[in-house]
Amino acid sequence: MAGYILRRLLQAIPVFIGTTFLIYFMVFALPGDPIIALFGDKTPNPAIVAQLRQQYHLDQPFIVQYLIYMGGIFQGNFGVSFSGQPVIEILARTFPVTLRLAVIALLMETIAGILVGMVAGLRKGKLFDGTTLAISLILISLPVFVIAFVAQFVFGVQLGWARTTVGDGAPIQDLILPAIVLASISFAQIVRLTRSSVIETSSLDFVRTAYSKGLGRRRIIPVHILRNSLIPVVTYLATDFGVLLVGATVTEGIFNVPGVGNTLYQAIIRGEGPTVVSFVTVMVLIYLLVNLAVDLLYGLLDPRIRYVK
Amino acid sequence: MSSTTPRPTASRPTVSGAPLLEIKNLQVGFQTQNGMVQAVRGASLTLRAGETLAIVGESGSGKSTTAHAVINLLPGSGQVTGGEILFEGRDLTKLSQKEMEEVRGKLIGFVPQDPMSNLNPVWSIGFQVEEAIKANGIATGRSDIKKHAIAVLKEAGLGDAEKRLRQFPHQFSGGMRQRVLIGMGLSSRPKLLIADEPTSALDVTVQRTILDNLEKLTREIGTALLFITHDLGLAAERAENLVVMYKGQVVESGPSKEILQNPLHPYTQRLVAAAPSLASRRIQSSSKSLVDLDYSAPRTAEGLDLIKAAEDRAELQAAAPKRESAIVLQNLTKVYRIRGSKDDFKAVDNVSFEIERGTTMALVGESGSGKSTVAKMLLRLEDATEGKILINGTDTAPLKGKALLDLRRRMQPVFQDPYGSLDPLRNIGNTISEPLTTHNIGDKASRRARVLELLDQVSLPSTLATRYPNELSGGQRQRVAIARALALKPDIVILDEAVSALDVLVQAQILQLLTDLQTELNLTYLFITHDLAVVRVIADNVSVMQRGKIVEKATTDEVFDNPQMEYTKELLNAIPGAGIALGV
Repeated sequence: MAGYILRRLLQAIPVFIGTTFLIYFMVFALPGDPIIALFGDKTPNPAIVAQLRQQYHLDQPFIVQYLIYMGGIFQGNFGVSFSGQPVIEILARTFPVTLRLAVIALLMETIAGILVGMVAGLRKGKLFDGTTLAISLILISLPVFVIAFVAQFVFGVQLGWARTTVGDGAPIQDLILPAIVLASISFAQIVRLTRSSVIETSSLDFVRTAYSKGLGRRRIIPVHILRNSLIPVVTYLATDFGVLLVGATVTEGIFNVPGVGNTLYQAIIRGEGPTVVSFVTVMVLIYLLVNLAVDLLYGLLDPRIRYVK
Repeated sequence: MSSTTPRPTASRPTVSGAPLLEIKNLQVGFQTQNGMVQAVRGASLTLRAGETLAIVGESGSGKSTTAHAVINLLPGSGQVTGGEILFEGRDLTKLSQKEMEEVRGKLIGFVPQDPMSNLNPVWSIGFQVEEAIKANGIATGRSDIKKHAIAVLKEAGLGDAEKRLRQFPHQFSGGMRQRVLIGMGLSSRPKLLIADEPTSALDVTVQRTILDNLEKLTREIGTALLFITHDLGLAAERAENLVVMYKGQVVESGPSKEILQNPLHPYTQRLVAAAPSLASRRIQSSSKSLVDLDYSAPRTAEGLDLIKAAEDRAELQAAAPKRESAIVLQNLTKVYRIRGSKDDFKAVDNVSFEIERGTTMALVGESGSGKSTVAKMLLRLEDATEGKILINGTDTAPLKGKALLDLRRRMQPVFQDPYGSLDPLRNIGNTISEPLTTHNIGDKASRRARVLELLDQVSLPSTLATRYPNELSGGQRQRVAIARALALKPDIVILDEAVSALDVLVQAQILQLLTDLQTELNLTYLFITHDLAVVRVIADNVSVMQRGKIVEKATTDEVFDNPQMEYTKELLNAIPGAGIALGV
């Protein structure tokens, strides 16, 4: 088990090097000069431009820039943004916000999704099932920005139940509305996934055998149907958590959440190499860790894939 | 509904008293898009306390549906639409959900068919047994329940139950799982145990020990057994009384031996004639020159007479001169590396045999004996680790590209599962002509003509060419698979458990078809099977495999009449019907 985890963590090293290189290269290849862009409409002062270029090593060849950056990372230095802030500080400020948002959304979609999906699956073909399917289909078909703007307008502007934008420090109560928006789409997916999984499991032989042993529905549903049905749902939840953690750029943008997605978007626009690369690298690492966690979670749910070695 | 053939001699003087289970004119229907489809149409049967009754019939006869109706566990939209199921005088069809839960497990135990799918893979064996014990109030308190679970598993034949309690189903073999299910079914000492084809998914030798154990246990506990099977020989061996079902109706019922010796209903007569277990018994007795009047079973007019087929084959074989070898296997070995283990696994160990052109070699063995691996190497789907394969004198190992394609053309496989081996998205005509397209033989018109010719050869109507696999029965699908194999006019056909998944009557037809095709086209067969019963009627030579090695190799008659190895004897004894053939 420990060996397996170690092996998986070691696998992350080449992925880490590969992604940083790739992202660095792509930022380097972006059209436009980021330093000139900093001056906006003003005429750039050549001396300042030259100084900035040197400060950010932009006057060096690509490979040297990359090596300088990587050298910094191994000393714990993730570089400095154009506004003079160390990237590590920006990460430390924005990441907790996104984490909070992700956890709230994940909790909501998990609880509601599994519950509704299970009931729909057990009552296949009934009114509840049909309604659920229709609603989930609508949610899936709507683009996230439509849901976000409508929610912002209805609950924020018309009803006044929530603030339209997230305030300073991103308090929990401000995050609830964007979290609901984020959760809504995944909720629909989870409902469908749970429903079909429950229907499939219910018709399996061992469920009939459980009935033949004299067990009642109250025991069979949670013990024999739900646990087996959750395996595909957990896969989805985990990848979804990964997606949420790396920041929902659109939703964070609409609600002005000071999270990872929003910040990364701004950094890309400005062509800030170190910021973009550091953010994406951290995201890739989070993805790898979440994936590892899922694989370990599988083992808990299904003894057949428990890792022996 | 009086299609039941009356049996004047069917009275049973030995057991008396009120019946334990009495099914009266049972009707079961399934709701489909085209309205109600009746699966059971007026079935009646009676089972007394402590007695064993077998329901025999082919798939779709309603035998399992009848059993499931008793404990109200009909799948999907199934429901009882008429009749009564009286258990100790109570009509089970009128019980509420709650009352039924009290009956299930506690009064009526159930042993399902497929041990692989009937245990929940995510819970330990102990958990699943203990849960049954707790639900039926057999024991209370943690340690008591555990003690009980161990006892139950031990009596079901799981000697090391203590150690294996925390293991999961995937760590158990099929036979072990079936023992667990039997233990579970009997854990609360029910008055009735319903066993739905409890061993049809298991190897014959395992089947035998499990059924012996089941018989012993039910006798000790005094549990009546309702035994459902498609194998008439097995039913007759294990049950005092038989009920034969056909298309949802009981067509014949009475004491097993009487039905076997003197079947009255035409369907039962066909069943008796087609059952390979019985047929091979009969051949055996006649070749030993024992006049066995008991099995002078009706030779039907439908061309399904397996005995005659076997006799003809033996005569032909004796008359024929020695022929050249179509297949030669020399010291074939296949070693698989096991990940994370230093020891390699030898699936096939130094196997050599020859098959003469136009003859059939049966490769017999239990699951895991390596017989299918031999087939895969022969077909060049796997490479041999060591050894040589000569097809018509050519070593196949170095063949590549066109030469390999040519080899494949001369050698075609037919696999076990007629449901899995046909592409559901292609119609039958396309399926059969696919090999022709692959090998670029003929044009469109000639391919179409060939398809029709092949359909005719396997006795299927030409209209089937435009139909899809899901519209066909299992037997029809297997005929299609055979037609596809024959499309390229091969000289060698590898039949890997090609009849194992079929009902006895269909099985007999396919065996007959294979025999006819062999005579007609001078085909060479390698017939791989775990079922010795069918070997007698199809094979000229037999090789018995055990753990990767060939342990016995001889002509079919020699193997059946004078088996040399202990293992072969065990396999022969395990053919159901063995006990009764000489007992009467």
